Amino acid sequence: MTGRSWGVFLLRRLAGTAVVVALLSIGVFGLLYLAPGSVQQTLLGTRPATPETIAAIQARYHLNDPLPVQYLSWLGGVLRGDLGTSIRTGMPVADMLGQRLPLTLALTGYGTLLAVLAGIPLGVAGALRRGRAADRLVVTAGVVGLSAPPFAVGLLLLVVFAAGLGWFPVYGVGEGFADQVLHLTLPAVALAVGAVGMLVRFSRAALIRELDQDYVVFARARGLGAPAVLGYALRNSLVPILTAAGLIVTGMLAGTVLVEVTFALPGLGSLLVDSVTFKDVPVVQALALLLTLLIAAVNLLVDVGYSAADPRVRIGGRPS
Amino acid sequence: MTRPSRVVTRPPVSVVTALAILLAVAVAAAFAPWLVPDATGQDLMLGISGPGPGHPLGTDDLGRDVLELLVAGARTAVPGALCVAAGSMLIGNLVGLPAGYLGGWVDALAMRWADLMFSLPALLVAIVVAGVLGGGYGLAIAVLVVLFAPTDTRVVRGAVLEQRHRPYVEAAQLKNLSAWRIMTRHVWPNIAPVALANAFLNFAYALVSLASLSFLGLGVPAGSPDWGRTLSDNRTQLLANPWAVIAPGLAIIATAAALNIVGDWLYERVDRRGRTR
Repeated sequence: MTGRSWGVFLLRRLAGTAVVVALLSIGVFGLLYLAPGSVQQTLLGTRPATPETIAAIQARYHLNDPLPVQYLSWLGGVLRGDLGTSIRTGMPVADMLGQRLPLTLALTGYGTLLAVLAGIPLGVAGALRRGRAADRLVVTAGVVGLSAPPFAVGLLLLVVFAAGLGWFPVYGVGEGFADQVLHLTLPAVALAVGAVGMLVRFSRAALIRELDQDYVVFARARGLGAPAVLGYALRNSLVPILTAAGLIVTGMLAGTVLVEVTFALPGLGSLLVDSVTFKDVPVVQALALLLTLLIAAVNLLVDVGYSAADPRVRIGGRPS
Repeated sequence: MTRPSRVVTRPPVSVVTALAILLAVAVAAAFAPWLVPDATGQDLMLGISGPGPGHPLGTDDLGRDVLELLVAGARTAVPGALCVAAGSMLIGNLVGLPAGYLGGWVDALAMRWADLMFSLPALLVAIVVAGVLGGGYGLAIAVLVVLFAPTDTRVVRGAVLEQRHRPYVEAAQLKNLSAWRIMTRHVWPNIAPVALANAFLNFAYALVSLASLSFLGLGVPAGSPDWGRTLSDNRTQLLANPWAVIAPGLAIIATAAALNIVGDWLYERVDRRGRTR
């Protein structure tokens, strides 16, 4: 693979991502028009409809201009970092996101760590004992994890470990690092369960495929020890596991909404639900745009990472 | 199209258990109005109470029997999820068959559409759209149908691509049958089992997604005997009657897991390539 075709591949993927983000940003802008009632009413919220407030909103959102102009001026504001003002709190939307971002990042980071630490070893254990009782147990547990919605898992965890055994606090975010970790543990476990299910499934399937390859048979025939052989097979099975990363990240983003609401944590997910319920459209738009960018970035990274590891992808398009 | 006959094996224990759970849920969903005619009946004098005589799983803060709510919840959970699975399977077949069979620009267009939809997290889009529109349960179902259809489309298209160059298709083409007739009468019966297995998996996703929306207050109306809604209503009563949380929580997990286990098992029998997601 020459450097030039690498560049072409990267450019094509980047252009594709840009098109998707642009299309979705039109959808996000359109949310304003989806809300029942007139746009002006939606943006006024509970404020009194005086001539001044109406004039201010019309000037701010260019409501008297044609739709494409409205969209472009909105997009221009977003690109300059101006995400508008929350109808519910009157605060700049960017400030609200900034306040709540750290908690969501900590929660998803902690959850991802737990998921990787539990999911991949379980998948490997299942693959190594393929077909036996331990493997069937791992597979079934994986399916249950994959199916269980985070809010149900979270509440069951609260019943058992917080209300029943009293090991963990029921609600709140805690103060100081150790206390915060303690408070985030149950939410992170609830968030991780689905990702563990997915990682078990993908890592087990990938490792089983690798263990059937000729090079594994050859390595064993040469008398290499089991750990060394497993090392070779694992390195090659990481490539298909990577393709699952996109699915896992989108699952985590949806999961964090449910987990934050379940545990009453003030993160971006609970902000989304509050804003949606209140029809605080500027905040919903900002969050939807943030999610769009995050998911597009992750999918792009997965594509690039996959093709860096497996050159066939660059020639033939998508992995089959 | 005949296939080599398979050795008939007994389904594993997990599949038998899953089928038993699904049977129980189906019975509850079908006969809830007769089994528990007064599931949402309140007894405010009683209020919240733990398990006891007359109420095996206790009552919630409105004095509603937790076990009766659990049975009635199946009737709320199943029809919506069934609509999503059936609706997305219909769209998936209608788009996936021509995309796989005709190829060319039809295929390209369908696959770009599927790619775009596929990159969206269905539950998050449903939260935003159903929430901002305020359309409730019916709208949530419609949004999920649109967002689930691409997986059906891909699965159907993939299965059609495998069939397209088989001799029976070429024979039908030589007889000058119309493309529509070949697709619907010849190809479709051979890919239907795969589409059906996929519908099972979609059923599980839809059940969980609708319960999640109801949990967030964006699905069924307040007071409905829905598992997600009951969980949300009772989460402040963890200490007074934990069963009010445990029962609906386990019901959602068990039903979704059972659907996934049966779906996986069906998939392995009808599609040797295995599940693709």
